[in-house]
Amino acid sequence: MIRVLYFARLREAVGTGEESLALPAGVRSVAALTAHLRTRGPQWDEALGGRRPVLVAVNQTVAAPVGALADGDEIAYFPPVTGG
Amino acid sequence: MAGRIRVQAEAFDPGAELDALARGDAGVGALVSFIGRVREDGAHAPVSRLTLEHYPGMTEKVLGAIVEQARARWELRDVVVIHRVGAMEPGEPIVLVAVAGAHRAAAFAACEFIIDRLKTRAPFWKRERTPQGDRWVEARAGDAQAAGRWDHDAGRHRG
Repeated sequence: MIRVLYFARLREAVGTGEESLALPAGVRSVAALTAHLRTRGPQWDEALGGRRPVLVAVNQTVAAPVGALADGDEIAYFPPVTGG
Repeated sequence: MAGRIRVQAEAFDPGAELDALARGDAGVGALVSFIGRVREDGAHAPVSRLTLEHYPGMTEKVLGAIVEQARARWELRDVVVIHRVGAMEPGEPIVLVAVAGAHRAAAFAACEFIIDRLKTRAPFWKRERTPQGDRWVEARAGDAQAAGRWDHDAGRHRG
């Protein structure tokens, strides 16, 4: 299982903040997971499809699309940060 | 002394935090702080309330790494970073970065470094309430430019 988190604008767009799912067959990278999630429907495609910037963290460290995924990982999708 | 990081919903008193920072350390010759406050004039409309969301766990990890980078780069006696989350009103402090050092140059530089990196790397998101409704604040290009300065200026700075 992997844990997937969504924050801020993305959380609202996809309608959930957190889910656990089995790592889909053939998904071994951040880019592959993103592509998989985008097939869930128009709001997923819109939110994660890159029309607006989206950052991804794997195990709480920002990761590139080529970043590898493994069972047990925590993956988070979020917009550029605006704290301070 | 270890740097201290707090992410909390409760309001804090910047003056009391500064008093506490260097108390008992007579080696501190310079205390530099940045206090970020909720501004009432948003990008598009007046702001009546600000709500901050964050990524529990990653937030503390990123802030800890930023403070460690500052401590590796400058000679510092102590560092405190406090960031609020949840709902707050205009005029309230959101963030405090306070740096205690022997001399001012290192303390000034480290304080600016920490807030610049925090603004572009720590997973916080602001949501503003305005008369036209709620909106997520967009990231500013100027913040990325400010943080980017520190990538090119790798020299060790002592004050």
